[in-house]
Amino acid sequence: MTTVIKPPTPTSGSSRTAEAGQPGQARRTSDWARRAPLLPALVFMILVTQLPFVATLVISFLRWNALRPELGKKFTGFGNYRDVLGDADFRSSILFTIVLTVTVVLVSLFLGLLIALLLDRNFRGRGIVRTMLIAPFLIVPVASALLWKHALLNPVYGLFNGMLTAIWKLFGSDNPPQPDWITNHPRLAVEMSLIWQWTPFMMLILLAGLQSRPGDTLEAANVDGATGWQVFRFLTLPHLRQYLELGGLLGSIYVVQNFDAVFVITSGSQGTANLPYSIYNIFFTAHDYGRASAAGVIVVIGSIIIATFALRVVSSLFTEENR
Amino acid sequence: MTTTNPAVLQAESGTSSPGSGRPVRTKPRSPFGIIAWIVGLLFVSPVLWMVFISLHSESDAASNPPKFTAPLTLQGYREFFGSGGGQSPWPSLFNSVTASLVSTLLVLLLAIPAAYALSIRPVRKWTDVMFFFLSTKMLPAVAGLLPIYLIAQKWHMLDNVWLLVLIYATMNLPIAVWMMRSFLAEVPVEMLEAASIDGARLPTILTRIIAPVAMPGIAATALICFIFSWNELLFAKVLTAVVAQTSPVFLTGFITSQGLFLAKVCAAATIISLPVLAAGFAAQDKLVQGLSLGAVK
Repeated sequence: MTTVIKPPTPTSGSSRTAEAGQPGQARRTSDWARRAPLLPALVFMILVTQLPFVATLVISFLRWNALRPELGKKFTGFGNYRDVLGDADFRSSILFTIVLTVTVVLVSLFLGLLIALLLDRNFRGRGIVRTMLIAPFLIVPVASALLWKHALLNPVYGLFNGMLTAIWKLFGSDNPPQPDWITNHPRLAVEMSLIWQWTPFMMLILLAGLQSRPGDTLEAANVDGATGWQVFRFLTLPHLRQYLELGGLLGSIYVVQNFDAVFVITSGSQGTANLPYSIYNIFFTAHDYGRASAAGVIVVIGSIIIATFALRVVSSLFTEENR
Repeated sequence: MTTTNPAVLQAESGTSSPGSGRPVRTKPRSPFGIIAWIVGLLFVSPVLWMVFISLHSESDAASNPPKFTAPLTLQGYREFFGSGGGQSPWPSLFNSVTASLVSTLLVLLLAIPAAYALSIRPVRKWTDVMFFFLSTKMLPAVAGLLPIYLIAQKWHMLDNVWLLVLIYATMNLPIAVWMMRSFLAEVPVEMLEAASIDGARLPTILTRIIAPVAMPGIAATALICFIFSWNELLFAKVLTAVVAQTSPVFLTGFITSQGLFLAKVCAAATIISLPVLAAGFAAQDKLVQGLSLGAVK
């Protein structure tokens, strides 16, 4: 029933692929007939994703600042790369991107798993609870960031401090703590809003995983007197592993590119600038095209390394499982 | 209701300490349902709070502790739609609708034939093609921002909603190809074979056999592409200004006035999230399959 993003094995489609034994001319015609529907999408995708990257690569070797046209565009070799990597702010944004992605993905996965385990049980109004839990994922990210910044975390009239006041009043105190959440914990503020949005995503994937468990194995385990923990540890968790990996992979793809939350909640201040925000800033505020491109190339190289590594780990786990 | 001898009750509660030895008459209800409800309410509460605040006057919205009994008003919505003399949101809403709908159409036009060539009559090395599409999603979009800006500048396409259509199509095409492939893979091979043996031609096969199976998948793909386009901020922010700005861009520039603005912002956030909430709940059954690129059913 369920498959996970893995190289779909060629055998699964082999019955449908072209026969190899046909005579050359006819085979070539039929090959092109097969390719034709694919070509528009493929050509479009190559044009719009690969060409800009080539341009980025070229510009990254130029000294080109749009605010100082008198300097012109000159070849500077690796000058932009030296500048970018020598910039402490940029290095810190690399680090924060990693911290942000890992924190948000892991916490969302953990919370998503707990909630999925709850929703896997039968109780009254399960459909309503599921719908309520999906809602955070369906709020426009900018709107969600504004909601967290102004309606929840604002020190004067946000809901968090409002609840603190209400609770302290309940106990007769007029002096409730009113922390300034975003100023004191800027990273936590960004992370909380993203965890709130991404937990439902993880929950949906893990819940689908839970519901695809083979029922007969669970029954057998129950008959054999396995405890709830044993069933979870030795049956559920191994079954869920590919779903956890899938959620982690997809979550990382999206969270690593997050711009909205950082831009709206903190504007990248106090060490909350992540890579998309930093590059946006070098390009859009400083108008240093050469440096922005060099930063872009560095990020692409980093993504390729991490993506290759991640896919290798995932596929090695997969082959191990199938042995 | 039931008449019980108070003395007996007294004796009963006296002999057994509460919680430990009291005889259990009915099976205790599982606490998990209650916990799930609490967690669900916790997660949805910021959304409810947003809607709640949007229906209040600015001074009631900004009260601390929160006022739960303040009178409701549509003032925030009226101000959002420009009664306060600010910029009207209609052009940006219209731009968002255009960019999202047209880019989604373009994506479907490209993705459905591609998915056909990757599942029903697959090309050689179709897995490589799938991974090429996925790999474009892993590259950070921000790296392409500058060249796209420069090209748009050269071709006088800046602040033009059609540029966003192209960008959103690029952004969503890999997702749509993966999703559509997984939906088309559900078309039973035997039916295709039987139809071609019976001499059915391609248009017949497409409309009679493939379309009925693929239709819900196409709808789910469209809804998810629509959501991602509607949500996008970074490219819209950089590539548009006054004429072509979309709703998320409008929202970021919304808080410029002095004074209280919380109700107005919540009204704006609610309005702009409504299409996504509607699309998401409409696609709820296929949401997982879509978001996982067709990997989870």
